[in-house]
Amino acid sequence: MESGNFDEMLSAADGCRSPYRVLAEWLEAAPAELIEQRRREAELLFRRIGITFAVYGEESAEERIIPFDIVPRVLDREEWDRLSRGLKQRVAAINSFLRDIYGAQEILRAEIIPSDLIFANPAFRPEMMGRRTPGDIFVPIAGVDVVRVDPDTFYVLEDNVRTPSGVSYMLENREVMMLLFPDLFSRHKVAPVETYPEELLATLQSIAPRTAPTEPTIALLTPGPFNSAYYEHSFLADKLGIDLVEGRDLLVRDNICYMRTTEGLQRVDVIYRRVDDDFLDPLTFRPESVLGVPGLMSAFESGNLTVANAVGTGIADDKAIYSYMPQIVKFYLGEEPILSNVPTWRCREPDALAYVLDHLDELVVKEVHGSGGYGMLVGPASDAATRQSFADKLRADPDNFIAQPTLALSTCPTWTSAGLAPRHVDLRPFVLSGADRTRIVPGGLTRVALREGSLVVNSSQGGGTKDTWVLDD
Amino acid sequence: MLSRAADNLFWMARYVERAESLARILHAASRMAAIPNIGSSPANEWHSALAAAARADAYFELHEAVTAEQVFQFLAFSEANPASIRNCLRAARTNARAMRTALTIETWEAINGAWLDFDHLWGGAVPLSELNRFIAWVKEVSLRVDGSAYRSMLRHEAYWFSRLGVYIERAETTARILDVKYHVLLPEHEPVGGGLDYFQWSAILRAVSALTAYHWVYRDSIKPWLVADLLILREEMPRSLASCYANISMYLDELASDHGRQGESQRAARRLLAQLRNSDMKEIFQGGLHEFLTDFIAANNRTANAVTEQYLV
Repeated sequence: MESGNFDEMLSAADGCRSPYRVLAEWLEAAPAELIEQRRREAELLFRRIGITFAVYGEESAEERIIPFDIVPRVLDREEWDRLSRGLKQRVAAINSFLRDIYGAQEILRAEIIPSDLIFANPAFRPEMMGRRTPGDIFVPIAGVDVVRVDPDTFYVLEDNVRTPSGVSYMLENREVMMLLFPDLFSRHKVAPVETYPEELLATLQSIAPRTAPTEPTIALLTPGPFNSAYYEHSFLADKLGIDLVEGRDLLVRDNICYMRTTEGLQRVDVIYRRVDDDFLDPLTFRPESVLGVPGLMSAFESGNLTVANAVGTGIADDKAIYSYMPQIVKFYLGEEPILSNVPTWRCREPDALAYVLDHLDELVVKEVHGSGGYGMLVGPASDAATRQSFADKLRADPDNFIAQPTLALSTCPTWTSAGLAPRHVDLRPFVLSGADRTRIVPGGLTRVALREGSLVVNSSQGGGTKDTWVLDD
Repeated sequence: MLSRAADNLFWMARYVERAESLARILHAASRMAAIPNIGSSPANEWHSALAAAARADAYFELHEAVTAEQVFQFLAFSEANPASIRNCLRAARTNARAMRTALTIETWEAINGAWLDFDHLWGGAVPLSELNRFIAWVKEVSLRVDGSAYRSMLRHEAYWFSRLGVYIERAETTARILDVKYHVLLPEHEPVGGGLDYFQWSAILRAVSALTAYHWVYRDSIKPWLVADLLILREEMPRSLASCYANISMYLDELASDHGRQGESQRAARRLLAQLRNSDMKEIFQGGLHEFLTDFIAANNRTANAVTEQYLV
């Protein structure tokens, strides 16, 4: 174990933290061959289920599976309850922020956020000005990335309020674990996650437009089979029992959205879209987009269609806005934030830029609009030449970057070729905000950096996943 | 169900059926070409194969002469021929993948497996001597897809649209195979008899797996008008035009009763089925077999277009 790191299993006075006690005993007693055999079985199961993802830019890997680690990540109920209160608070603040930014803009008048950070931001959608959403919910689905540094502190790394993915892994990881380790489940009270599709459906139904019937028609809009998350799209559509549609399956006539079915045009009330804003409606956004639906925005504007998540939510998970999140929580909710924000240097501020350039070897530098672990610099893991060329990029376009200290991400025991070893993990719980209430299934997607010492957990960068257990006493 | 999903299923089934039809056409041509002294050159048989596959024009854009090797390559493997067996299986797989969740695992594996195996098994230059082995493999793929769908798919829209694809494609193939050989089926050739025609007729029957069926149905030596009768009017013969239309009509009726609505495709199919049921071979020969088959192919296309218009767009 690396010194100074918080290990979720081992960092305790007596050598084992209480949520992991039974699991640790089991791991201690199980022969390595047994664990290795189950690991291979797990891999086979994933291949057969067909969970694959595509890595952009790798031709050979059109369909690849994400490595799965069979050692679960465990939280007890108390830890989870605190975390989930923090998540609800944060997402509630984000929904208020979005209603305000596209409405009265009080937060700008209060001078809490500089207005050029909003208006000059490509994630801000002027088309949404003055628009309301059912229940004032802009972000029905958030996949908030949190990391842990000690027993008491969770940091939010990213809010992911555009089209977060990964929930299919949360569900399939649990399926596979229950198949392979029934003995472990009988010794733990693991809170179920399989209600997620029902909760998602209830959430989407709650934000149907007023014009919709009691049982609204909901469809999942995908960019198509070549999208890296297509597996997840078809998986969710199946579990929700809704149609998986592409742009060409939909049309808008007289501000009403329809899908083309074998029985003629059928009205659609709610679209759970997994297509980015830019491609959603060629009449409003990118005119060359063939993934979207001409007129979709007019159906939304007329109150005949809910688009989930709403257009323009990206302004809230922009990394420059991120740094203001504690103030945003206080401004809208009048509460102290429960979850911590990672201290963030905004390189657009000259003092901050100077500091960042002086401390590149200690910091993580990210693009303001980037995601997926692309285009970032992890200072402590980089060499001088990489830092030098990154410094040039920074000076050329400081507005485009933020920097954060390298967090001592917690580790969790992980099965490696050399047996159990600590690897860094993060956690992506999924927060569902409906017009009626907020729902979070206990758990989420734990991502693990499989390379020793690595802090990058993204699947596109060699990360894997784990099942996440919340234990009821 | 989504129109696009139905369209994918319809075409997936059509492409698999088309791959099988091409294999059967190649099989018949290779048998005929192998028979000595039949009065026509072997090249004629391969030319007939191109005609039956409706690919003659496309072939001559790329080749000047008809040779067995080149026709085999063109109809089975050619990248340049969008309707080669290889491209049909690829198109079937692409359609299946786009609507993966509408298929059962068995059907998906049959199609996906065939495509994944194709280059592995037939990736290099396949010599003409391998033709029979290749044809057997293609038929097996088609059987596996068909059989898995029959055994595992819910009897619902997804299944009905895939069956419609099979039968519309099959009706077209049978009509084309007959049309290419229509001159040997004409009654005036009857007294000629002889070796040549006998082999021609039996090759036609073989191409549609009907040689044994013929003997069962007619208990007679092979006579041209009976061959035509079997492949056009006999509903008990699974590749006959009448049987195809009985099935097309049945699956369209299932759709109509499920949706509670009849449309142009039901009317078109019913018209054609009634016409077949009310015809006899004498009448068809009087009006001209070739004319009859040409009309049938056009009417079959109208049915396919009506299905597309009504359901798939």
